[in-house]
Amino acid sequence: MRIKVYLFARLCDIVGNNEIEREVPIGTTVRMLWDNLIADFPSLEAYGESLSSAVNAEYARMDVVLNDGDEVAFLPPVSGGQSAM
Amino acid sequence: MVPSLFLITTVELNLIALMDAVSTAASKPSGEGESLQTGAIATFLGVVRGENLGRRVLRLEYEAYEPLAVRAFARIGAEVAERWPAIRLGIHHRIGRLEVGQTSVAIATCSPHRVDAFAACRYSIERIKQIAPIWKREFFEGGDVWIEGATADPHNEEAKAEAFRRACA
Repeated sequence: MRIKVYLFARLCDIVGNNEIEREVPIGTTVRMLWDNLIADFPSLEAYGESLSSAVNAEYARMDVVLNDGDEVAFLPPVSGGQSAM
Repeated sequence: MVPSLFLITTVELNLIALMDAVSTAASKPSGEGESLQTGAIATFLGVVRGENLGRRVLRLEYEAYEPLAVRAFARIGAEVAERWPAIRLGIHHRIGRLEVGQTSVAIATCSPHRVDAFAACRYSIERIKQIAPIWKREFFEGGDVWIEGATADPHNEEAKAEAFRRACA
């Protein structure tokens, strides 16, 4: 299956591109796709705990099984979160 | 043209257009609802600050996953409507390069009463910072850094409760 992958902020810096394509076997989950990327870009691994993901522009869990042509986005922590009062 | 309630844009934000959007959304199709339903419009502007963590900030660059960001705004709109049924919410966020003093986000809430308008406005900025897929890169004297806060998880009920707590404090 062919999957389009979008990467943002630091993840884009690490990979050197905000949009790449990956060929993956049937049954691949979002997490398997992420692990597949880590194999090529080991610096991504540090983001595993704080990552969010989206499939076809909807937030999705890492155990979602992908379909051919899906667009997967990996999202590092967002800008908020600091408790600026 | 009806202005968008939820928008990501690279151009300067227009608060009047956003206020028009929430007022229009609050009015009935006949057009007569606006004056009947609207007793208050609260607005919030987020502005690029020239200092962060003791650093002199030169500028920010915002990046968004646009389709998901617009959906995240709409989700916040639905959360607001659930808690405060009479409120109409609009959120416009700017991306790209922003200089110190420029507006990065504009929020407007339209309500029959001021208390709910203020609360929903505050709730919305807290939720934007929690779940909108928007990132900012800070360029400061001596370097640059991506500002990374919370893991974006719209289903994190604890974060949602914290936003409500702040909104109603």
